[in-house]
Amino acid sequence: MPSTVVAGSFCYRRVTVGKLSYMNVVVCVKQIPDPADPGALDPTTKTLKRDGKLILDESDSYGVEMALQLVGDSGEVTLVSMAPNGEVSGLRTALAMGAAKAVLVSDDALKGSDSLTTAKVLAKAIGRAGDYDLVLAATESSDGYTGTVPEQIAEVLGLPSVTFAKSITVDGSSIKVDRQTEAGYDEVTCPLPAVVSVTAGVVEPRYPSFKGIMAAKSKPVDQVGIADLGLDAGAVGWAGAGQEIVEVVAAEAREAGEVIEDDGEAYNRIVTFLSDLKVI
Amino acid sequence: MSHQPLRQAIDPLDPLHLDGLLSEEELLVRDTVRRFVGDRVLPDVGEWFDQGTFPREMAQAFGDLGLLGMHLEGYGCAGTSATAYGLACLELEAGDSGARSFVSVQGSLAMFPIWAFGSEEQKQEWLPRMAAGTAIGCFGLTEPDSGSDPSSMRTTARQLPNGDWVLNGTKMWITNGSIADVAVVWAVTDPEGPDNGAVRGFVVPTDTPGFSAPVIHKKVSLRASITSELVLQEVHLPAGAVLPNVTGMRGPLSCLNEARFGILFGACGAARACYESALSYSLERVQFGKPIASFQLTQKKLTEMAIAVHTGTLLSMHLGRMKDAGTLATPQVSIGKLNNVAMALRVAREARAILGANGITLEYPVVRHMVNLESVYTYEGTNEIHTLIVGNALTGIPAFG
Ligand SMILES: Cc1cc2nc3c(=O)[nH]c(=O)nc-3n(C[C@H](O)[C@H](O)[C@H](O)COP(=O)(O)OP(=O)(O)OC[C@H]3O[C@@H](n4cnc5c(N)ncnc54)[C@H](O)[C@@H]3O)c2cc1C
Repeated sequence: MPSTVVAGSFCYRRVTVGKLSYMNVVVCVKQIPDPADPGALDPTTKTLKRDGKLILDESDSYGVEMALQLVGDSGEVTLVSMAPNGEVSGLRTALAMGAAKAVLVSDDALKGSDSLTTAKVLAKAIGRAGDYDLVLAATESSDGYTGTVPEQIAEVLGLPSVTFAKSITVDGSSIKVDRQTEAGYDEVTCPLPAVVSVTAGVVEPRYPSFKGIMAAKSKPVDQVGIADLGLDAGAVGWAGAGQEIVEVVAAEAREAGEVIEDDGEAYNRIVTFLSDLKVI
Repeated sequence: MSHQPLRQAIDPLDPLHLDGLLSEEELLVRDTVRRFVGDRVLPDVGEWFDQGTFPREMAQAFGDLGLLGMHLEGYGCAGTSATAYGLACLELEAGDSGARSFVSVQGSLAMFPIWAFGSEEQKQEWLPRMAAGTAIGCFGLTEPDSGSDPSSMRTTARQLPNGDWVLNGTKMWITNGSIADVAVVWAVTDPEGPDNGAVRGFVVPTDTPGFSAPVIHKKVSLRASITSELVLQEVHLPAGAVLPNVTGMRGPLSCLNEARFGILFGACGAARACYESALSYSLERVQFGKPIASFQLTQKKLTEMAIAVHTGTLLSMHLGRMKDAGTLATPQVSIGKLNNVAMALRVAREARAILGANGITLEYPVVRHMVNLESVYTYEGTNEIHTLIVGNALTGIPAFG
């Protein structure tokens, strides 16, 4: 029997939703600058410039796909996003994949928000998404990589948190999660509602279909500011950040590799090299 | 007037910033097809070309995406704008002209006539399955002795006293013929009959006795596409097989206009793929101690290619906007096809030269596009025929015969 772990160590409450025949899943999605375009840091704020067009973070497409698979034909996927300038193009992609609606938080006061503030804002936004059974997020975003927001959302909402999911199955009012570890995976059982972070690459995100793209135009996007969420400008953004970016330094250039001329014995050097690295 | 200093940089892959002309929805369609082509077409198309085949499973993948009949409304079709359809053709043809041909034939030549001129039963029977890619269609107009002058066709449709029809004749160069479930076949009726010998269209299930579709082999161009003969020997069809709502050459010609519209975008895709391949190759290939992109002669080629590809694309988008506004005229479609296919051939040729010996292998996309475009130059109205259409429109003097 694989080890079965019940999500402990996080604060959680039991909620009985009965046998889930109809399921609502909220997916937190980030809209990020296109990684194909070289991004730039703002030298004064030391954060990524986000004034151009934003796209759906690929890391989040896995959560969207997993949510769509979980709800199937009987349920709804709601997107929740926080983005500058009322940006919706990443949301439209996920709506075109099949999500039903979105809540978008966009407010100038949110500039400079750290990950805890982001989690608090998203938690409030999730509250506007209607009844939900499960919240999914990516383990980390592709532009910020803090990898802490999903767990913080769980804490703020007082829900159990499961991380690094590679698959999720619903069983009545709880879920079974295969949670990726370095050695393999844990089987985790967790009551619903819960917040689960999804590992990148574990499902094949569907292409938005053209019918989906046409339908996405008329799907509701509930755009709100922080006042609508009952948050105070002083508690978010630069003002509310408990974290400060002190310095940004360029990553060290990689050392040039070693070139081995093959005199017929080069394979020995490669074997030695790999065993020094302890990979063989 | 803005006195802002001009920006210095341009994107080598979108030097005229044409993305700025597209709506969010159009960008999403474009990006989705581009991703699909990258995932599902480019990895294998060299092999398909080499083997002279196009896998039938691709039909369903196209259908799942919504590519088949995407610009038609209802019956399982997505109902996008004409511009979005054009952009999808452009991205598909950046993969391969064969993939784009499949989609053009299915959507514009086989589904469109059923959608526009068919009976409700014909629509219900065929369109949803064709949109899903579970049924494949083909379009039979050209014959061995009737190409640019399709009104000279010899395939006949004889009506029996009970209203049934009997088709006889041979169609030639029919894309998807051998893998089709249904053929839209154009035939001349009895000169003494109720249609006075006019051309009518027929919806022919390919399993009807007397129908066969041998593959045409030894093609050097458009190899990742099935091209066939259609042989019709006493093919007996019920009265309901005729397309009820069109008589005469207007039927097939209106289908061709739909398809040509996609092709004028598609050609830009093939040209773009060649330009991009040549650009990246020239930056990496070192001769005389420098990347070949540093030579003035290479830069001239690259500059001319970039301008040709992107002004051609700009023309396509303009024509797309006109089609969506309902103001597009037939000779304008001819201008687009004429200009863009000839442009694409020139670009492909230059790109092939930049790749040197690598330019003749299927390891790179360029020579595949170059030879494919020879088919695109000929089908859907040859370069000469479109020249005559435009010439006629300019002078008022038809010079076809
Ligand atoms: C790969 C491929 C796929 C095809 N798929 C289809 C299909 O699905 N369905 C279908 O019906 N057809 C299809 N075709 C046929 C295509 O549409 C014809 O090949 C085309 O219309 C030209 O006809 P032709 O080859 O008989 O050439 P011809 O008409 O014999 O022309 C030969 C040459 O004479 C020139 N010419 C003809 N008339 C004139 C004139 N009045 N003045 C000046 N020059 C003239 C032409 O421009 C050309 O250069 C396909 C062709 C190819 C190559």
